[in-house]
Amino acid sequence: VAEGAGVIEPGEKEAQGWPCHSTAPCQEVVATWGLVSSPRQELLKWNGWGYNDSKFIFNKKGQAEFTGKRYRLGGMVLPTFKEWIEKTFGASLEHKTTSRASLNVNDVPPPIVNEEFLQDLRATKISYSQDAEDRVFRAHGHCLHEIFVLREGMFKRIPDIVVWPVCHEDVVKIVELACKHNLCIIPFGGGTSVSSALECPEEEKRMIISLDTSQMNRILWIDEKNLTACVEAGIVGQDLEKQLAESGFCTGHEPDSMEFSSLGGWVATRASGMKKNIYGNIEDLVIHIKMVTPRGIVEKNCQVPRMSTGPDIHHFIMGSEGTLGVVTEVTIKIRPVPEYQKYGSVVFPNFERGVACLREVAKQRCAPASIRLVDNAQFQFGHALKPQVASIFTSFLDGLKKFYITKFKGFDPNILCVATLLFEGDREKVLQHEKQVYDIATKFGGLAAGEDNGQRGYMLTFVIAYLRDLGLDYYVIGESFETSVPWDRVLDLCRNVKERIVRECKEKGVQFAPLSTCRVTQTYDAGACVYFYFAFNYRGISDPIHVYEQIERAAREEILANGGSLSHHHGVGKLRKRWMKESISDVGLGMLRSVKEYVDPNNIFGNKNLL
Amino acid sequence: MKCYTPVIYKGLSPCKPNAIKSAVLQSEQVQYVIKQLAKEMGESPDIIQEEAMEILDEMGHRMQLGAVRFFAFTLSKIFKQLFQRVCVNEEGMQRLQHAIQEHPVVLLPSHRSYVDFLMLSYLLYTYDLALPVIAAGIDFLGMKIVGELLRRAGAFFMRRSFGGNRLYWAVFAEYVKTMLRSGYAPIEFFLEGTRSRTAKTLTPKFGLLSIVMEPFFKREVFDTYLVPISISYERILEESLYAYELLGVPKPKESTSGLLKARRILSDNFGTIHIYVGQPVSLRTLASGRISRCPYNLVPRHLPQKPSEDIQEFVSDVAYKMELLQIENMVLSPWVLVAAVLLQNLPAMEFELLIEKTLWLKGLTQTFGGFIEWPDNLCAKKAVLSGLTLHSNIAGLVDGHVVLNDKGVEDGAVGEIVFRHALAVLMCATYRNQLLNVFVRPALVAVALQMAPSFRKEEVYSCFNFLRDVFSDEFIFFPGISLKDFEEGCFLLTKCDAIQTSQQEIYPTDKGSGTVSFLSAMFRPFVEGYQVLIRLNTYIPVVNNAYKPRRLKSQLIFRYLSKEMKEAFTEKQFIPAVRNFVFQLLEKGSTQCYEALSSDMQKNALSALVQLGAVKKKKTPNGFTYNVNQEAVGKILDMFDARIPVQKPVAARL
Repeated sequence: VAEGAGVIEPGEKEAQGWPCHSTAPCQEVVATWGLVSSPRQELLKWNGWGYNDSKFIFNKKGQAEFTGKRYRLGGMVLPTFKEWIEKTFGASLEHKTTSRASLNVNDVPPPIVNEEFLQDLRATKISYSQDAEDRVFRAHGHCLHEIFVLREGMFKRIPDIVVWPVCHEDVVKIVELACKHNLCIIPFGGGTSVSSALECPEEEKRMIISLDTSQMNRILWIDEKNLTACVEAGIVGQDLEKQLAESGFCTGHEPDSMEFSSLGGWVATRASGMKKNIYGNIEDLVIHIKMVTPRGIVEKNCQVPRMSTGPDIHHFIMGSEGTLGVVTEVTIKIRPVPEYQKYGSVVFPNFERGVACLREVAKQRCAPASIRLVDNAQFQFGHALKPQVASIFTSFLDGLKKFYITKFKGFDPNILCVATLLFEGDREKVLQHEKQVYDIATKFGGLAAGEDNGQRGYMLTFVIAYLRDLGLDYYVIGESFETSVPWDRVLDLCRNVKERIVRECKEKGVQFAPLSTCRVTQTYDAGACVYFYFAFNYRGISDPIHVYEQIERAAREEILANGGSLSHHHGVGKLRKRWMKESISDVGLGMLRSVKEYVDPNNIFGNKNLL
Repeated sequence: MKCYTPVIYKGLSPCKPNAIKSAVLQSEQVQYVIKQLAKEMGESPDIIQEEAMEILDEMGHRMQLGAVRFFAFTLSKIFKQLFQRVCVNEEGMQRLQHAIQEHPVVLLPSHRSYVDFLMLSYLLYTYDLALPVIAAGIDFLGMKIVGELLRRAGAFFMRRSFGGNRLYWAVFAEYVKTMLRSGYAPIEFFLEGTRSRTAKTLTPKFGLLSIVMEPFFKREVFDTYLVPISISYERILEESLYAYELLGVPKPKESTSGLLKARRILSDNFGTIHIYVGQPVSLRTLASGRISRCPYNLVPRHLPQKPSEDIQEFVSDVAYKMELLQIENMVLSPWVLVAAVLLQNLPAMEFELLIEKTLWLKGLTQTFGGFIEWPDNLCAKKAVLSGLTLHSNIAGLVDGHVVLNDKGVEDGAVGEIVFRHALAVLMCATYRNQLLNVFVRPALVAVALQMAPSFRKEEVYSCFNFLRDVFSDEFIFFPGISLKDFEEGCFLLTKCDAIQTSQQEIYPTDKGSGTVSFLSAMFRPFVEGYQVLIRLNTYIPVVNNAYKPRRLKSQLIFRYLSKEMKEAFTEKQFIPAVRNFVFQLLEKGSTQCYEALSSDMQKNALSALVQLGAVKKKKTPNGFTYNVNQEAVGKILDMFDARIPVQKPVAARL
């Protein structure tokens, strides 16, 4: 950050003493700096996922290793991983691609500058930056093509300026100025979007303001009587949970991206958390939202559990993907931190039985905080990420377990699949609950496979995102996508989508069979959420990103044809816009458009998502 | 004993025939209909469930390897007796082998003979492929022992009509779908619905096809392969049986004793069988971009759902496409050419001329894309002679002339002579008919050229379009692409130098007038036959000076028929009435169109009139009745009549 013009330095914020807070009912302001403070580039990779210090590498012995100390896997050697990657993708350590080492500032498109706006902005004292790195960092989410561009090319259009409001009033000022000068605002929260939602429309001629909410990261108050907390929308998930934990509370909202994604982003995309079975998804958690729009501020007049006052305006906001305004403050439900947590896992002879078991669990409404079923390919993948075991005893035990399951119980290691479980609550209730779930599992041929396997399964969720960067170094590209689907179609959808991916790869000239795998990650009364991973070795293909996008599109077509939804929680962004009309009908789309036209007639929030 | 270990579908979950039955009975689909019916009829579901069980027992196959081996053994003996050779395209079998492993497979053979499915199963067995389960007409069950044997060889039986019976439909559909979904075995049925008595491909039936397509529409399977199979016979086993049937001598009921009697034919020679296994067609590829997915996403998949219009249209398109593929791949024997030539030169044709013409027609057929089995080194004379030998029951060589073999009882009455002759003509036509669908596009252009008042493109096309509509049940046209068919016809005619096209006009060349008149003569039996048949449906004032004398013969019929045809009639009344009148006409010698006696043509003409709106078809409790719209029929006739200078030489135009 060469110039650092207007960038807040830690400490500066408190010194300024924000007048807005004196009016806010903030008896319990828990001010912290958050884990990801500005400039985040210092902590996070500029061209990949997550923390700079955490990544997969191949060490001198050619063994895979995960660096850093942030994760349980950190510093561990993964002896079978290399073989798995070679076998699965036909990749070889000898064929390597390398990313550009750092951003080439000369490639960055020059900013469009509206001088009058800049003058007005300076008058507000809100921090801002026109620095190239700051702008590029906020020009993208984490779709494959975006990362690919970072490694090898440059975006055609990026934000022209980054602003850092520190409170609701700052946002009001920025939006007013943008309206006054007819500029474009793209709100930026955690930057973990996987729907091309953060990409700047190429044809946008106005100055684009990236409104970075990261400095609005305080818990304004906690209301223990009603179990709610009012939080600024820029706070990232792990900070929110850490800070609430200091008072003995949690929200329980844990999307896989919770280390980096923000509260405002969750609201704007209709996020879903791993433990939604206990805590609910974002729409169940939110009590009150304050959003700044070009028309003014939209909010409800009270903080009640439910009201019948016409269509719920929260539902215009949740999932609006930054097209209507900026969410600034959210009142969210909180719960006491659970007394006891227990992981678990169950092995099923095949995926069909596993799905049948999950369906039964959902039917009896006894799903644990989280229950997930991974297919065989993902089970093997998880297996490949097993760290070197310390003692002979553990390795002996593992061998014994394997013998019991495959030989004694006759499970085929190439067919079996695993469900991972997470229980939460009172110790006693957890144990009772656990028994109930395992009893059901037994009826479907399931075998309890230990806490450790379960825990590793969940740990992998966080680590798996790092794998793509490793793959990219060895000609392997991949992505995940998700859907929701009625119970009776789960099996057909999983099979058909996986098969479609394999076929499309073959047709498009991909030399090696792709990794095409899925897991059922959420259960509901009427259906499930299914998550796919898909990756392939692109050696020999001249335009891998184009091929990749064609295949992803085909996979989405397949999902829709199988009665799946366009998205369960990733959102639409610009990536899936083409299917919106089909998804919600012409009239439905018109309804959304008319809201947009009323709220933002000049398209100030012009990220072109959704509609 | 042969070691039989067929390749199987990769997703197969092996199960016994009985397990399939109980799975069908317990399926949500069937249970839903049972509950619905129980509610509507106020009966206990158990009773209806029992009924469903009975239906299943009546229907279900019990494929057993033992029976299959028995069949294979017996059939190989019988086939060796009957046929000289069976030719199969090897690469087709290999493609089929791959297809069977990949996705559920539906075999769609052409249907000319009972031998079809026996031969196909035998073939698959010989090639170590999974034996198909076959949808057979329930009439087979009438054959004791044999019905049961067929069942054990994998045949399942469907009633000929069950439109109204919801339980039957549900059980049947679910039975077929269960076998398809589980990849239990390839499913085989005949798009044509029944054996074509005329050897001309019949218009497709859609019921079974839409059943086997549904699992894909509902995405219960990733894909389904449809495999068109063309089976052609140098000499059809049932040829004379068919001819009798077409003339109204009823079809003998399938019975075991009938089959035993049929063993007489074992001493006869039926030449070669050609089986062409077509490229498996992926239903997914066919459907891509055509099917809106919404309707299936919004209703639980086990509920019976009437297919939407675009699905129905799609099913029909696929059916036609498959039949066109069958036609394209059908192997034609030289005799087919001989028959086509001979029929235009009755009563007798000089042998040498016949050979010359046959050879000429061979070239033309190949230009039109026909697939003729004619080895390079085979001289034309030999080919014609061997055809005559094989078909000595139809035609023979007398004094250097080839004549139809229609001399049954020499001293028969006039009626008997007409009948014998008609029999011979229809049998001969059975072979010519195999050419028709290959020729139909260029030939209808040729006919249209003669019909149209001028050579202007629009006028020729309008005539072509009219003919295509009129003959929509007679020949196989892909729905809705009249212009493309026309262009293809013109292209083929241009290719063989028969016509020339300019910006506005299409006209026959001097050189091509022979081709054009040959083509229109080839289809004349249909053009004339239809006119005769359509006329029977109308009433035209007895004396009308505007009519030219040549139309008098038809007027005679109207005068006679008008009384009957004014009232509503059923098909059962229509066919014999028509047959009688045509018969009388032939006896009087006022027409030479023997093929108008064919009940197949009669039915097709009636249904063409229905489709053209000239006859109204009404459903009554006793089946369908028909009402003639005199005016509309008159108009259709005008299209034919007022413009067709029947038999007027083309040259006169130039």
